[in-house]
Amino acid sequence: MKKYICDVCGWIYDPEIGDPDSGIAPGTAFEDIPDDWECPECGVGKEDFSLIEE
Amino acid sequence: MNTTLKEGINWVGYIDWTVRDFHGYKTESGSTYNAYLIQDEKCAVIDAVKGSFVEKLIERIKSHTALENINYVVCNHAEPDHSGGLPGLMAACPNAELVCNEKCKVALEKHFDTSEWKWYIVEDGDTISLGTRTLSFINTPMVHWPESMFTYVPEEKLLFSMDAFGQHYASAFRFDDEEPLDVIIQEAKAYYANIVMLYGRPISQTMARAAELEIEMIAPSHGVIWRSHIKDVFEAYQKWVICKPTPKVIVLYATMWKATEQMAEAILEGAQEFAVEAQFINVDTTHMTRVATEVLDCAAIAIGSPTLNNGIMPSLAGVLCYLRGLRPTNKKGFAFGSYGWSRRGGATEVNSVMEDMKIELIQEPLRAQYVPTPELLEECREAGRDLGRYAQGFSGE
Repeated sequence: MKKYICDVCGWIYDPEIGDPDSGIAPGTAFEDIPDDWECPECGVGKEDFSLIEE
Repeated sequence: MNTTLKEGINWVGYIDWTVRDFHGYKTESGSTYNAYLIQDEKCAVIDAVKGSFVEKLIERIKSHTALENINYVVCNHAEPDHSGGLPGLMAACPNAELVCNEKCKVALEKHFDTSEWKWYIVEDGDTISLGTRTLSFINTPMVHWPESMFTYVPEEKLLFSMDAFGQHYASAFRFDDEEPLDVIIQEAKAYYANIVMLYGRPISQTMARAAELEIEMIAPSHGVIWRSHIKDVFEAYQKWVICKPTPKVIVLYATMWKATEQMAEAILEGAQEFAVEAQFINVDTTHMTRVATEVLDCAAIAIGSPTLNNGIMPSLAGVLCYLRGLRPTNKKGFAFGSYGWSRRGGATEVNSVMEDMKIELIQEPLRAQYVPTPELLEECREAGRDLGRYAQGFSGE
C-alpha cells in the first residue's frame, strides 16, 4: 500500500502502521481514512498530504 | 547584567518588561526575545527580536563587535517575535548571510521584503564552522512551527533551543540559577501549556534527539537560559509532553444566576473529600492562559455552563475553543449545567465539546432545571467524589 507524506511537517503515513492513536487501524489505506482525520503531528487535514512515489 | 553564556558568546536580546498580551496569552511577567552573538573567527547572531526592538538588538551587538564582522544571522524560527527584527538586522550587517532551512526561507519571504538578503540554506545535520566552534543544525518541525530548528554548538555543549524550554518571563537576570527554580518552572509550564501543548508528540521526538547530545546549557528564545537546572526542565517536559496526570481535579464553569455555580461548588466539595488538589475556576474571573496551564496536568475535569440562547455562555465557549485547539490528553470528566426550558446548549453542548476533545466522559451530563434541588446537588457531590477518587489514584507518581 502507498505511503503519504504531510507537506507541512514531514510526518509519513505508513498504512502498515496506521495511526492507532487516532483510531486508524494498521492496514488502513490512506484513501480509506475518514476526511475529519488530522495529521497527528501538526493537525492539518488529508488534503495537505502527498503521495510518496516509490 | 551578566549576559555571557560562554567566553565570546553573549545574550544580545531584549527584555520586554511591559508586554501583557502575547497574541492572547496573558503575559503577566512580560517576556524576553533572546538573541545571541557568537564571536569567533567568524561571528554569528542566533535569532533576532520583535521588529520594534531591532535597534536595541543592534546596539547590544555593537557593544561587542562591529556590524561588518557579522558573517551569519541564523533564523531558527520564522515567527515575528524572533524574525521581526531580521529586516533591520540584515540591512545593518552588510556581510551577513541569512542561515535557515528551506521551509524557513519560504516563510520569511512571505513575511518580509527579502530581495536584498544573501541566503545560506541548511538542511538537517548540516554544519557551519566559525573557526574554533561549529554551528550544527537540527530540524525540529512543529516545535513550534513547521520550519523550526535548533542550533547546537558541540564545542560548547550549548543548544539554542528556540521556543522549546522557553518562558514568557521578563526579569533582571538571564540565567536559571539567578531565579527561584519553582518560579521559572511554573513559567516554563505556562509557556508549554499555552504555546505548544498540542505538539507533545513532535516535542517528545525532538527531546529524544536532544538527549543524544551533550548539553551543558540550553538557550531558548524566551526567558532564562538553563545551565544549572537542565535536568529539572527536561524532567518536567517529559511529563508535560504526555499531559501526565497529577492528583488534580478542576471544576471549570460559567454561570448566569448562580445555579450552575451551586452545582460547581457541590462537585468541588465532593472532590475535596479526597487527597487531591481540587481547583475551582470561573472562566469570567480567571484568564484562559491560567486555565490552560492548570488543565495541562489535571487528571479530571468537570465543565459546566447554563443554557443561554439555546447555547452556552460565550465566555466559556471562548475558553473551550482555546482548550480544544491545545489538545490536552489523558483526562476524564463530565459536563454539567442548569437550563430553563431547552435541553439544547448548556451541559449538552459542553458534553459534545468534551467528546470532541477526547476527554473520557465518566457519566452523562448533570442538569438542573432552573435551580438545583438538594437531591441534584448530592448527585453533583457524588460525581465530584468520583473525580476525586480517580485523581487520587495518581498520588505518588
